[in-house]
Amino acid sequence: MSSVLYRAFQGIMQGDRKYWTWVGFLLVIILVGFGAYINQASRGLIVTSMRDQVSWGFYIANFTYLVGVAAAAVLLVIPAYLYNFKPIKEIVLFGELLAITAVAMCIFFVVIDMGQPLRVWHMLPLLGTMNFPDSLLVWDVFVLNSYLVVNLLLVIYALSRLAAGKEYKLGRIMPLILLSIPMAVSIHTVTAFLYNGLSARPFWNASILAPRFLASAFCSGPAIMLLLLQLIRRFTKVEIDNRALFKIAELIAYAMAINLFLLGAEVFKEFYSGSVHVAPLEYLYLGLHGKSMLTPWMWLALGFNVSAFCIFLIPRWRQNIVLLNCGAVLIVIGVYIEKGLGLVVPGFVPDVLGEIYEYWPSATEIMITAGIWAMGALLYTVAIKFAVPIYTGEFLNKLPGQRPAQVTTTKEEA
Amino acid sequence: MGLQIPRRSFLKGALLGLGGVALLPPTANASILDSFFQKHFNEMNESEIKAMIARLEEEATDKWGRKITIDTTKAQAGVRFAYGLDLSRCIGCRKCVHACVAENNQSRDPQVQWISVLRFAKGEKWLDLENSEKYYDPEKVPEEGYFYLPVQCQQCDNPPCVKVCPSKATWQEPDGIVAIDYNWCIGCRYCMAACPYGARRFNWGRPNIDTNDVNPDTHYLGNRPRYKGTVEKCTFCVQRTRAGKYPACVEACPVGARKFGNILDPDSEIRYLIDNKRVFRLKEDLNTEPKFFYFYAT
Repeated sequence: MSSVLYRAFQGIMQGDRKYWTWVGFLLVIILVGFGAYINQASRGLIVTSMRDQVSWGFYIANFTYLVGVAAAAVLLVIPAYLYNFKPIKEIVLFGELLAITAVAMCIFFVVIDMGQPLRVWHMLPLLGTMNFPDSLLVWDVFVLNSYLVVNLLLVIYALSRLAAGKEYKLGRIMPLILLSIPMAVSIHTVTAFLYNGLSARPFWNASILAPRFLASAFCSGPAIMLLLLQLIRRFTKVEIDNRALFKIAELIAYAMAINLFLLGAEVFKEFYSGSVHVAPLEYLYLGLHGKSMLTPWMWLALGFNVSAFCIFLIPRWRQNIVLLNCGAVLIVIGVYIEKGLGLVVPGFVPDVLGEIYEYWPSATEIMITAGIWAMGALLYTVAIKFAVPIYTGEFLNKLPGQRPAQVTTTKEEA
Repeated sequence: MGLQIPRRSFLKGALLGLGGVALLPPTANASILDSFFQKHFNEMNESEIKAMIARLEEEATDKWGRKITIDTTKAQAGVRFAYGLDLSRCIGCRKCVHACVAENNQSRDPQVQWISVLRFAKGEKWLDLENSEKYYDPEKVPEEGYFYLPVQCQQCDNPPCVKVCPSKATWQEPDGIVAIDYNWCIGCRYCMAACPYGARRFNWGRPNIDTNDVNPDTHYLGNRPRYKGTVEKCTFCVQRTRAGKYPACVEACPVGARKFGNILDPDSEIRYLIDNKRVFRLKEDLNTEPKFFYFYAT
């Protein structure tokens, strides 16, 4: 087993020209982001566009989006294990790796948003004075890290079994798999509650927020998976059944239906009752007192989400690979706008004293954000490069007396 | 607008990135370590506080170019501070704002102010605050047809900012003042999202004050000079009020619109006002229980 792991590690450093071009490209973006961060760290968050009126911006928007992506692994786990849908079961590993990557990115986004990042230990248990259970931010730290650990354990178990050429016994880790499902829901619910609990911000202080979070997460996360799985299929020897892709697309259609319904419910309630709390929604979709910087983006997001919903709803369309990919890209962008800036900014516009400060990320914020996305992409690339040969049993094939590993369940299903 | 990054910033970023890699951690000295490991203010014992204050006073004196003292006077038993603001008198002159800045060592550049004075047109709906104007700039105040509403930290008895702070860097003192430990705040700004009164300010950049303008008489929980990346707000001038003085804004107000006192003292002016005038508090529906009362005396 150790020799297989060793060779897998070596594999990370061995790649063709395409691989190194990609890695180099990511490294350049990471370096630029790092430079921008050094500048931010020395001059302060004043290099961002955030101000007292809009005190969270692009970083927290990306954090929120990525919590959703991390939670999405669950959408693959549920049909795979609970309903024994074999084509998806084989690709759960890649979903778990994505969850790990996304949580890592979340942690980066929170830390770079802090005014005093070196003091992060002040909010940790034992070391600092963690405000538990009052502060939802503490809850978020707790659930995100637990989710990270559970997914790491699942991946480590799977890979170590496969590396040893042994069967991947689901029975043993079933409790962890089952635990990961409510945890995926909880990371997203807690993140929603983080906003939801603030009575000062009517846009967030609506009960519909947590359900909307979950619904949109179950769109964007699987949509990213759809694209990644096809890339994995193209660049590695992993075989991925088209049926798995179509199943994921079908699930996205249901999630998007709920997402759009919840948005409609919110729009109706705010606009029909027409209280002063309609202002943030008005700012998003119509513009407020002539200020409408986000309006075109919000309509774009809505258009994207509705088009993708149509594509994924109709079986003939979603089974067309080109259309399927169009739909996935539309959702990834649509939800990124809706759940990113479209969620964070209207909490602050108009601000609690009625002022409208129009926020748009500064060059520094964009560079740092790009850097973290590049780090995530690099992490995922390396993880795949490491995991795939173990998963396919490539190294084992060359050793006599061992057969390629297979994913099996304790239940008889074959 | 848009996602375009100017090529120059890109190149600059890349260079800074390379530089950052080369710049390994600066040589540590004792003061940096002490300041990194400084404990939460409420978790320090007397001797730890003494040593910490000595270190901070030295640092501040070095940094701001004049001798700065940092007081740690505690809340007095039987005292709970409350504030009254007479809307019928306020003329919107912002003398309170500037007295506050001078007293409390707010950064002048970038400009930080703890009091916002909102201007409203008479006869228009105003409680949703959306029709208010914070940046009014007339030749003379008061202006015909307008009235003014100053807003600062309302020192809530049920403060949402304290509830959400992940590190307990902000809390309510026994005399009712919501305090911040500037050396414990991690700068996450969750409190700013939670505050319904827009009272909290963040040091987005490094605070700057001319040496001559620095107020050297400070309190740990109040007006001592602050740091980049931490949150601050009105403390009812804790350095003055715990020494038996009025807050700077009360003294500066030319029309006597600002009242202050101990709400537990039945003979205090503030108690008389609350008992006898028609008082209200901002956003009472949020149940934050402010100790900042607005009223109409005339």
